[in-house]
Amino acid sequence: MISLTEAPFEPGALLASFCQARSETGAVATFTGIARAESGRAHILELEAYPGFTEAAIGKIAEEARRRFRLDDVLVLHRVGRIAPGEAIVFVATAASHRREAFEACDFLMDYLKSRAPFWKKEHGPEGARWIEPRAQDHADVARWEQKESTP
Amino acid sequence: MARVLLFGPLRDLAGWRERDIAEATSISALKALLASEDARLGEALSAPGVQVALDQAIVRGDRSLGARAEVAFLPPMSGG
Repeated sequence: MISLTEAPFEPGALLASFCQARSETGAVATFTGIARAESGRAHILELEAYPGFTEAAIGKIAEEARRRFRLDDVLVLHRVGRIAPGEAIVFVATAASHRREAFEACDFLMDYLKSRAPFWKKEHGPEGARWIEPRAQDHADVARWEQKESTP
Repeated sequence: MARVLLFGPLRDLAGWRERDIAEATSISALKALLASEDARLGEALSAPGVQVALDQAIVRGDRSLGARAEVAFLPPMSGG
């Protein structure tokens, strides 16, 4: 399931419900991204999405993860709007028969969400606001999976 | 008529998020029209890394715009 939410969420509750009613899943891995205070430089993070298009783009990334890692299930919940330091921005959960696929799928999904999902992120701090662009490391992270896919 | 959507820093640069533009019949004509109003915005819309979505699908190169087309300019994305 893919969804965007303006409201804060509780990762533990999402994990508990994601784990319910599974008989063939042997492994669930999760990732929770949390807004940093950046030593006082960031007061509020503002996340913008393109409603409809953003969910569809994440859906394609999730489908690719299901195919590559033979997942039983995947959950992506992403905040939009204004986010305070310490609040969760993104929660990803993956369910697979075995742990390796669950771990790798989680890693894959986050790498794509960082620089390939239609979100725009603005940091509001004491010195004003600035838009955050993906770092070179984010592009390198996503490139790892593209190399793996082309290797026979 | 095209509905034009700007995201991220493009929205701040232009000072608007959404506009209906009746005159534009193609993406290139739309860009030229916006550039004639605001040269800095025109330059930003054509910058490398800015993708264009027509009716919520990424397109490369020029496209003609039908009635009620939705054109979105998408600067480099940053989630998570």
